[in-house]
Amino acid sequence: MTANITWAAFSQQILVGLSKTTILFIVSSGLSLVLGVLRIPNVFHGSLYMIGAFIAYSAAMVLGGSPLGFWVALVVAPLGVALISLIVERGLFCRLYEREHLMLLLFTFAFMLVFGDLVKLVWGSDYRSLSAPPILQGYFSIFGLPFPRYNAFLLLIGPLVAFGLWFLTNKTKIGKISRAAAVDREMVGAVGINVSWVFAAVFIIGCFLAGLGGALVAPTQNITQGMDHAIIIEAFLIVIIGGLGNIWGALLGALIFGLTDSIGILVWPQFAIVFPYIAVVVVLMFRPQGLLKSVW
Amino acid sequence: MFAAAINKRSFGIAVTLLVLLGVLPFFLDRFYIYLTALILVTGLLATSLNMVLGYGGMYQFHHAVFYGVGAYACALTLIKTDLPPYAGFIVGPVVAAAVGVIMGLICVRLSKLYFGMLQIALGSLVWAIVYRWYSFTGGDDGLHGVPVPDLISSINGAYYFTLIITALCMVLIYLIINSPFGRIFQAIRDNPERSETIGVNVKRHQLVGLTIAAFFGGVAGSLFVTVEGSVFPDLMFWTLSLEILIMCLLGGWFTFLGPMVGAGIVVSLQTFVGMYTEYWTLIMGIILILLIFFLPEGVLGFFLERFSSREQAMSAEK
Repeated sequence: MTANITWAAFSQQILVGLSKTTILFIVSSGLSLVLGVLRIPNVFHGSLYMIGAFIAYSAAMVLGGSPLGFWVALVVAPLGVALISLIVERGLFCRLYEREHLMLLLFTFAFMLVFGDLVKLVWGSDYRSLSAPPILQGYFSIFGLPFPRYNAFLLLIGPLVAFGLWFLTNKTKIGKISRAAAVDREMVGAVGINVSWVFAAVFIIGCFLAGLGGALVAPTQNITQGMDHAIIIEAFLIVIIGGLGNIWGALLGALIFGLTDSIGILVWPQFAIVFPYIAVVVVLMFRPQGLLKSVW
Repeated sequence: MFAAAINKRSFGIAVTLLVLLGVLPFFLDRFYIYLTALILVTGLLATSLNMVLGYGGMYQFHHAVFYGVGAYACALTLIKTDLPPYAGFIVGPVVAAAVGVIMGLICVRLSKLYFGMLQIALGSLVWAIVYRWYSFTGGDDGLHGVPVPDLISSINGAYYFTLIITALCMVLIYLIINSPFGRIFQAIRDNPERSETIGVNVKRHQLVGLTIAAFFGGVAGSLFVTVEGSVFPDLMFWTLSLEILIMCLLGGWFTFLGPMVGAGIVVSLQTFVGMYTEYWTLIMGIILILLIFFLPEGVLGFFLERFSSREQAMSAEK
């Protein structure tokens, strides 16, 4: 079976895997941020990703398929999701931070149920699709094999987001405060910083990333109910193998997940979805606390 | 030794309940008998989860795997082997327990959130295999029309079989919780470090607890095959695991019958709200949000309060 896999096909598949990694990284870094600073295992993060994709679709529809549609959607969708998360955070979550993990997990799961049905109410249960702008459509050739332009675009976006997050957490004031709050929230409060608003900001940034991931994935697949179920479990596993709250851990985890997935498609397509889970289990057997240092 | 654990009052309640459930088929039509059987099966599943969650303090996030594995093992035995028909109902729980041992060996080295997440990873692995292995498990279609033995294939037969097995398992779980093992288990929940210090092997107890819970989860899975006559991968999808967690929360963990009550509420809600609207998860989600937000004391808090007051009493003694 492996004999007919050429080096070119292998490279192509790796590149496709890397562009999937980009989406996984963007979504799971948001989850990791929220988990690291707020200590909320946010199950509805996947729902926000789905909502991001649907908003992107609607935004592009409103503009009536003009080439600008996609770019507007790319801005509107994450902002819309951020707005939703602002309402949820200020309305409900800010009162629940002291609860134990299990309660928070179930609370966010309740929101996942609600959001899932709300999406069904607003957008119906049909498949939707969003096409990439003309400049990103089509293929160019790599090693003599076609490689979608859109995937190349994703490969550019990934490092950009990683750099942005690094800049945010290391170079800006809010990033520094949030890292301090992750370690010792009482102390941060004691020096006169309004921790509650720092948490809100971090939560919104995390959710923004979920929305961005949703908008970016929209042109590559059907936008459908159930997107939330698929992504959230992957994002959680990535965060866990990377080390809770560690952005670079999320990147590493996403790489492992994306690459094992694409290698799986290459060697044994029927059981491709099994490969990433095996990788996760192997990592956790040897590094139970994750590959990189957790902020906890 | 066990006699002390069963006081007269709860024994009376249990017998009354059993008699009531026993005569139910004479008054209800087919649909409600089916619904009651489904509640019993789900309730047994929730109770088996609560054994490790409420009494053991373990973050068993993916208990549905054992339910699904039990159901599949039972169904596959009935369909693909020449073993006597009832053997499936032994194979199911045993295979579930075996999966429990393997997953337990990997998971118990970790605690709390990491334990739960590793379990979800392993459980998703099992789910993914079942979901894709078309030639053996039927893939995402599942297996339908499982040849259940004649005696229990009628709705009443299935109901009584479910009732008897569920009652038996509930008694067993009750005895286990109140056995010396169960007491140590609860001590580990309240303070793992202190338990370790006085010489309890915490990890081994957690492993044994997880295996027992997996066994009973497998029993529930086998019973599901009896009631439903089919199996499908959703039985071991992680959302079901969270739904069972919700049942335990609704009914109240730390109480023995709480998860059964919670299962009754959730399954009835699903069925009746589902008749009127396809948006039953919306309603369920809102109920859950309200519950956690406004009634933490009413559901979980009562018991937490009891524990904290006991701790306060202990610290006052010092």
